[in-house]
Amino acid sequence: MDAQIEARGASGPEKDFDIEIQLLLEAVYLKYHSDFRGYAGASLKRRMRAAMAHFGCRTLTQLQERVLHDEQIFPALMNFLTVQVSEMFRDPSYFRALRETVVPMLRTYPSLKIWVAGCSTGEEAYSMAIMLQEEGLLSRSMIYATDINPLALATAEAGIYDVERLALFTENHRRSGGRSSLSDYYTAAYGRAVFDKQLKQSLVFSDHSLATDHVFAEMQLVSCRNVLIYFNRPLQDRAVGLFRDSLVRRGFLGIGAKESLRFSACSDDFEELVREDRIYRKRGAP
Amino acid sequence: MSATRGSTPARLVPTLDGRLEAIVIGTSAGGIEALSVLLPALPAGLTAAVLVVIHQPRDRASLLVQIFAGRCALRVEEAGDKQPVEPGVIYFAPPDYHLLVDRESGVGPVLALSSDELVQYSRPSIDVLFESAADIYGERLLGMVLTGANQDGAAGLAAVRAGGGVAAVQRPDSAAASMMPAAALERVPDADFVLTIEQLAGLLAGLR
Repeated sequence: MDAQIEARGASGPEKDFDIEIQLLLEAVYLKYHSDFRGYAGASLKRRMRAAMAHFGCRTLTQLQERVLHDEQIFPALMNFLTVQVSEMFRDPSYFRALRETVVPMLRTYPSLKIWVAGCSTGEEAYSMAIMLQEEGLLSRSMIYATDINPLALATAEAGIYDVERLALFTENHRRSGGRSSLSDYYTAAYGRAVFDKQLKQSLVFSDHSLATDHVFAEMQLVSCRNVLIYFNRPLQDRAVGLFRDSLVRRGFLGIGAKESLRFSACSDDFEELVREDRIYRKRGAP
Repeated sequence: MSATRGSTPARLVPTLDGRLEAIVIGTSAGGIEALSVLLPALPAGLTAAVLVVIHQPRDRASLLVQIFAGRCALRVEEAGDKQPVEPGVIYFAPPDYHLLVDRESGVGPVLALSSDELVQYSRPSIDVLFESAADIYGERLLGMVLTGANQDGAAGLAAVRAGGGVAAVQRPDSAAASMMPAAALERVPDADFVLTIEQLAGLLAGLR
């Protein structure tokens, strides 16, 4: 950390802000054991400016003081430290590629474990469950959907979304090669859509940090999209290492459309399966 | 009003020479046509990197690299996450991602992508690119706001200016859509250059 501050130089308000961010992340880690110290700088900086405005703090140091002495505000701060932008069947071609290329191979397993890492408010986990249901695999699947943000996980667990978002979700689902109607899976009332209890029987939402926690089960498929872009390289390497260690031999890994394993320390452990949709397969033992 | 406004770019080029490490360009409606004049004017051997945000549909692959690669003297790429920023390369923000500039210790400036919330109804957002670039490059940055029909880029250009960078705006009455450059001028009334797209191209053509 010292080296990083030094490399950035030590003058000007921008540099002060860099220092304040590092101090805040250190404070959050020491106090709440949530580790954001490996998050990439530029977008975090933007979100911390938004947090200062939200909490009415003039400086990030003021916000640090509050978060240390008022535990009540930490869950709200978590909503700024993490990103809760998600949609169902985001990047439809990714789900289409899963259906066409990965699902046929998943059929060969008697039971399936799937990990949606960084699930935020749950849209991707429900998409995965619906796709597996359509492919006749859900009854033998368990989907572990993990995140570090308790408020986001609570939303995910509830499986309730604004009805206004469903037009986009429905269109994405259709373009992903959906074999049924998305409306089969939810009940809409009072401007909200509640997703089916049946889907939830195969979904486990839980708290897990890619920065500090470890492997917890053996998976056939890991899907972790638009999470690695928020990590610096060492944290990316840790996360991809966890995915590798979780996956069965010849298991599958899907990452975000603009993410790549090319520069990862673990790149040799995977081969590209569907290049344009960022689906990889773990290599067998040599 | 700045003394340089509307005067011929040739006289002003020396003030930018050797100073710029990056040029950030933001545009929206009418942007392809504007960029078709601007980007081919960038000279081979330019030592600044060029980062471009143009608003486009979020749900399809972008053709920008194909459109511009054959027409520019510089290499044209879609920006990739954590890619080191190379001088003399034109980077386009990919659809549906914000493009930012970050710093990686031991490497220097790197590109960063994020799928954070829309800003000014846009992702990629010009404000997001300009504000992060202003953080990293300070006075070694030129920001350009071109034709467009919303207000994205105005706050970003103000950030470029606040960081000591150079601000250029397409003359609103010469732009296909005047709202974006007009909004930028409202926030940065003393922009260093307020020129037509051809004049801005001339400004870039003179850079070394």
